[in-house]
Amino acid sequence: MGASLATVWTLARKDLLLELRSKDIVLAIVVFALLVIAIFTFAIELTPSRARDVGPGVLWAAVAFAGVLGLNRSFAVEAEGDTLDGLMLTPVSRELIFFGKVLGNFIFITIAQVVIFPVFEALFNISVLQVETIVIALLASLGFAAVGTAFAAVSVRVRSREIMLPLLFLPTSVPLIMAAVESTSAVVDGGSWGDFSEWLQLAIAFDVIFMIASAVLFQFVLEE
Amino acid sequence: MPCGASQTGRLTRLGGYLKLANSHDFTMGRGRARDRLHILFTDARAEQKHAMAALPKIRLIWLGFTAALMALTLWMVFLWVPTEINQGNIQRALYFHVPVAWTAMVAIVLIAVASVAYLKTRDEKWDRLAVAGAETGVIFAALMLITGMVWAKPVWGVWWTGEAKLTTTLILFFIYVAYLMFRAYFPPGEQRRRLAAIIGLIGAIDTPIIYYGAQLWERAHPSAVVGPYSNNDSSVDGPVGLTLLVATIAFSVLFVYVASERYRLRKQEDEVMALRRAISLQALRVATTSDSTESISSAPAGGA
Amino acid sequence: MTTSIQGASPMGTKNSVALAVQATGLEKSFGNAAVLRGLDMTVRDGEAVVIFGANGVGKSTLLRVLTTLTRPDYGSISIYGRDLSKQAEYARLSLGAVLHSPMLYGDMTIRENLNFFGKMFRVRDLPGRIEEMTDRLGLGPRMEQRTRELSHGYQKRAALARAMLHRPRILFLDEAETGLDEPARKVLDGVISEHRAAGHAVVMTTHSIERGIAESDRVFVLAGGRIALDAPSSHVTPNDVTGLYSDPSDA
Repeated sequence: MGASLATVWTLARKDLLLELRSKDIVLAIVVFALLVIAIFTFAIELTPSRARDVGPGVLWAAVAFAGVLGLNRSFAVEAEGDTLDGLMLTPVSRELIFFGKVLGNFIFITIAQVVIFPVFEALFNISVLQVETIVIALLASLGFAAVGTAFAAVSVRVRSREIMLPLLFLPTSVPLIMAAVESTSAVVDGGSWGDFSEWLQLAIAFDVIFMIASAVLFQFVLEE
Repeated sequence: MPCGASQTGRLTRLGGYLKLANSHDFTMGRGRARDRLHILFTDARAEQKHAMAALPKIRLIWLGFTAALMALTLWMVFLWVPTEINQGNIQRALYFHVPVAWTAMVAIVLIAVASVAYLKTRDEKWDRLAVAGAETGVIFAALMLITGMVWAKPVWGVWWTGEAKLTTTLILFFIYVAYLMFRAYFPPGEQRRRLAAIIGLIGAIDTPIIYYGAQLWERAHPSAVVGPYSNNDSSVDGPVGLTLLVATIAFSVLFVYVASERYRLRKQEDEVMALRRAISLQALRVATTSDSTESISSAPAGGA
Repeated sequence: MTTSIQGASPMGTKNSVALAVQATGLEKSFGNAAVLRGLDMTVRDGEAVVIFGANGVGKSTLLRVLTTLTRPDYGSISIYGRDLSKQAEYARLSLGAVLHSPMLYGDMTIRENLNFFGKMFRVRDLPGRIEEMTDRLGLGPRMEQRTRELSHGYQKRAALARAMLHRPRILFLDEAETGLDEPARKVLDGVISEHRAAGHAVVMTTHSIERGIAESDRVFVLAGGRIALDAPSSHVTPNDVTGLYSDPSDA
């Protein structure tokens, strides 16, 4: 068990190291999300009540679309040097390779959120930055990472990868996006945990189910 | 290929080490594919006779049954069932909308089962079944969305309601589209079948989660939900219930018919491709074996 | 089956029972193209074999199948008695591969790459082993350079280091010497000789037929999706090999 965790960490650390050097992924997510949010500040006349109504939806749509871009990059890195083959040659079980990738992507999306959320709050003038939001954000990152990593691996060999990944990822993530939006809405409206506990349950269920399902299916994705 | 005395000399020296194929071998090797091809190839005539005899009858019966059910449904929906008091004639859309919704959702179950079966057995027929399910599913999902909108607008004044089944079917529609687009963008072969099966499975696993989320959303936004499901003031027994039942059965049968026809078509396409492949390889092999193998297999150590 | 050959090359004790590679009935198609059509192949422990074949005939595919990177449609393979479809992890511990691309992370240094892969392979005494490889392959001055910035020769050396890090019993080399300069080629040859001298197996493909025959105990020729020739290298001349290339069914 300890060895497995160490392996997952070694894999994630490798991705973090590569990202530190190239700064591709996090930058892409942050820039794109902020762009989407900025466009909406022009597109919608933001009265305080309207900001509260549409704000959470805009925020999470932005994170979802941007997240897809980042996820694309995370596998493109492996495709470039054929290092995916290199990983396949190791005796490490394919599930651990999956978890390693998910951990890396989870960290990237979370770091991106740290930048995105304050900027969003400033632009939309609603108070998203609360303790509850942190939990929501972490659950969302995890779910996006789990589903996104699986689909990114599936799409890495398709032509038009950039179209295919969003097309696959977005419909599948709808429950998670719903949960994130509704929970954030409740928080913004001054609610507390009980008001959105059902949505949190949905998010947790989503994360658990897809972490397991994707891990199991991953070996089928990787084999050639 | 170099000819002459030197070749004969070379062949004798290497005699036992050469492992060229002989004309008995089909170049597909020893898999199930080869066996099926063997049967097709050598018994093609017999197969043809057999095929012509059995299938069209069954298919005709099936088609007739489907058509009869649909005819009955149409009669019941348009001529038999009394007009609904509040909504008028447009309410008859219910009898299309509900069955089509039901079948569109069942399609994902079919895809799920076929995908699991493919990953386990790697038998192409499961892949064909999944595709048939997705193609039929996408059509029925689109129909559901259209009938829903056509019905809702005149009666309740909105094109879209936030109702859970509607939302779920909308997402399912996109999942089917994504599945089919993926297949379109990917070159045919084992990899495509395997990856499509994974996509299908993930979509299927997601569906109950989507539905649950959609229900939560419905409860959270009751004012947005209006329309075909919101007020069930028309009781669902009596002529309405009966028509609905018949319509559901008819559309399910239609779904099965369309899907199976699609499956059959796919199967034939695959077999034509395989036959073409085998024929071209076999022709080439006959050309080579005639000038090299004979001399080797019949002369182990001596000259040709 | 071919008659069993005790090769002419001087070797350490050869375990004639242990089969490094046993492949039976391998079939692999990509879309409509059947590349491997019922291929059988055996490599004994301690043997060095070379696989020749025309361009595009499927040598790389065969190597990918043997190294677990590609799954065959039908057929079975064992590496040192471990069936690849059931005990792939064990098999991967016993094999090392240098294929077309170096399989290294471009933005990481050689040392970081070796550290990473060493951990993935659970190499004991990893720092010591990396020093060993550095010396043996002459990587010293470049260890802290990112692999993206290395010349082709050094990338191949680094790839070789990655492949040998976990002390594999069988080495797969897919045209490893292509594009290498003299010093790098010498290093490669040295590594292969040492590996053979230690009683381990090598499976290589190469376009240089003379070199391939000279450096192996046994020659395979891949044609028509199968092994068309399986003979001790002492019996084979370059013309024999190219003569078998012209199987038209490879078109």
